[in-house]
Amino acid sequence: MLLKITFTQQRRVRLAQGLWLMSWLAVMSGAFIFCLGVYLKTELLRRAEVMDNTEIHVVPNILMMVGLVSIGTNWVATRVCQDSLDASRFPRWKLLLMAWFAVAMLLCCLLLAVVVLSYALQGRLEESLKVGLRNGIRFYKDTDVPGRCFQKETIDRLQMEFRCCGNNNFKDWFEVQWVSNRYLDFTSKDVKDRIRSNVDGRFLLDGVPFSCCNPASPRPCLQYHLTDNRAHYSYDYQAEELNLYSRGCRQALTDYYMEMMNSTGPGVLSVILIQMSVLVSLRYLQTAVEGATALEDPEGESVGYLLEKGVKETFEDVKANVLDILKFAQVDPSAAEGSPGAEDAEKPADNTTEKAASPTPSPAS
Amino acid sequence: MPFMPVKFNLQKRVKLAQGLWMLYWFSVIAGILIFSLGIFFKIELRKRSEMMDNNESHLVPNLLILAGLLACGLNAFGGKVCHDSLDPIKFSNWKPMLKTYLLLCCGFNVLLVLVSLLCFLMQFSVYLTLAEGLSYAIRFYKDTDTPGRCFMKRTLDLTQIEFHCCGNNNFRDWFEVQWISNRYLDMSNDVVKDRVLSNVEGKYLMDSVPFSCCNPGSPRPCIQHHLTNNSAHYDYDHRTEELNIWTRGCLGALFSYYSSLMSSIGGFVLFAIILESVDMAGLKYLSTALETMADPENPECESEGWLLEKGVKETFSDLLTKLKTLGRTNQVEGGDAPEANT
Repeated sequence: MLLKITFTQQRRVRLAQGLWLMSWLAVMSGAFIFCLGVYLKTELLRRAEVMDNTEIHVVPNILMMVGLVSIGTNWVATRVCQDSLDASRFPRWKLLLMAWFAVAMLLCCLLLAVVVLSYALQGRLEESLKVGLRNGIRFYKDTDVPGRCFQKETIDRLQMEFRCCGNNNFKDWFEVQWVSNRYLDFTSKDVKDRIRSNVDGRFLLDGVPFSCCNPASPRPCLQYHLTDNRAHYSYDYQAEELNLYSRGCRQALTDYYMEMMNSTGPGVLSVILIQMSVLVSLRYLQTAVEGATALEDPEGESVGYLLEKGVKETFEDVKANVLDILKFAQVDPSAAEGSPGAEDAEKPADNTTEKAASPTPSPAS
Repeated sequence: MPFMPVKFNLQKRVKLAQGLWMLYWFSVIAGILIFSLGIFFKIELRKRSEMMDNNESHLVPNLLILAGLLACGLNAFGGKVCHDSLDPIKFSNWKPMLKTYLLLCCGFNVLLVLVSLLCFLMQFSVYLTLAEGLSYAIRFYKDTDTPGRCFMKRTLDLTQIEFHCCGNNNFRDWFEVQWISNRYLDMSNDVVKDRVLSNVEGKYLMDSVPFSCCNPGSPRPCIQHHLTNNSAHYDYDHRTEELNIWTRGCLGALFSYYSSLMSSIGGFVLFAIILESVDMAGLKYLSTALETMADPENPECESEGWLLEKGVKETFSDLLTKLKTLGRTNQVEGGDAPEANT
């Protein structure tokens, strides 16, 4: 027996009551995880226009699914607790409990996976933002092309809200034509010179849109002729820091999302702790109550444990059962019988003797 | 003849006590809400105090905070009284205080009425403060090197970006002030010298606006300078151009924000007044029902509850005569201290 504890009737009652409260706490933490997932998903969807792929959405999706399943699972645990001290109603939960433990373990593993994923997917998020922002900057001028007409407004609002400019920095704007041809006077000498001097015939400027302007600058914003010191009075391109936002939008958005996911880390870890403690306590309650019902005096002492045999032996048993099922399936693929693996854990010896006695049951004819 | 009498048996009294207890705790929550609304309003005023020339009146949020705290205290006490009301021993502790408590609640209701009125009337004061403050803000936009005004530019830019507005009444307000500091003007340049000389006060005025007036929803990159000159930009007509910069004035935008905030707070305070009045009426019924029990030892007996012991007119005349006798006592025994009001 692994980690056995003796329980008196009073202790069993206390355990059932405490577990009932903790299960309700676990239900609320499941709801919390669900709301967290919904919040993350809405934040990601809000900026979906500057993201190229939706790989990062796996984190909030898993959170939402785990939250919902956890609410249901822990609600079942409260029902089990309520019935646990009633000897007539407890046995009907016997079969379900095995499945419950498996589901609870799976939930804990998924939550751990979420914590790991939120760090591991940072690189993919940056890649997705890089491509998305590059497209946004390229299609900034296409306010007359259906499907792209809101890129300008999106990028402008993004730069103003996150206080950033361009993809890596403001020089990204120097490399694309962000002024549409509709607003260029092709009869003007200046415009014609610029277009001819460029290989692709694009109108490139050393200027940025107004949304890059930093309101904290002491001087009215300088948007155009940024690299030309003589174009503005008392202006040094190399030394000017406050005029525009110096951060790139990719960095700004990555920092924002990483901070959001990191701050949810402690919450998720504490939910894992709560779920694990509910799992352990329910196992103790189950074994203690089952032991008590087997006694002559149901109000007497009983022993609660985590595993009936040691860890190694239980593992061997489970492996043997699984192999039996596989062998069974291989030898007689047409056989209709085959008990589910969960119940085999209770009676491993019986199954092997049965199979030894009747190795080849006749196929149904 | 009592005013609005109602007969009570044990069950009705118990129901009244329980219902009133829940209502009192609901009122405590309403009091907490009033308190937090007061704090929120105070923070909002502080955030934009630069736009109001640091001159704004904090009377309304301070009164709201006070009213919220008072409401919490009074209603919690009322809830405690209701909780103890069905136990005659405990209730007898509270009985002597009930009259004073109901008078306090009356006074508190009057305070709430005053607060609600102020919420609606002070909007005029906010409008005037905003108008004055914004005109100063636009004038001091360029003074980023003057201590005490160096953040005016940033605050005004962020306000224009956040509230989607430009200038005081509209964008032309920017044409009338010099919003570029002399530090950034090349005084040796001919164009600059012409502009400064052509103006009576020697100000450098332009038909341009700061970048924070730009509307991101415009299909064309923002045109900030030479706004009234159609030939300065390709395919541009300043009379028909609507999306380029924000057309709304910041006075209207900020005022509509504050006015909707104050109106909703005023509406909530009115709701709180109704809640408080219902509480008071319920407590009066409960206390009179418990007092008029024919046989105090038998809890099952019937009793009668009312709002006023005599009719409305008679209560008023009683009150008047009491006040008159109070005055007369003062006259006859002028040197003595006035009697405590019972």
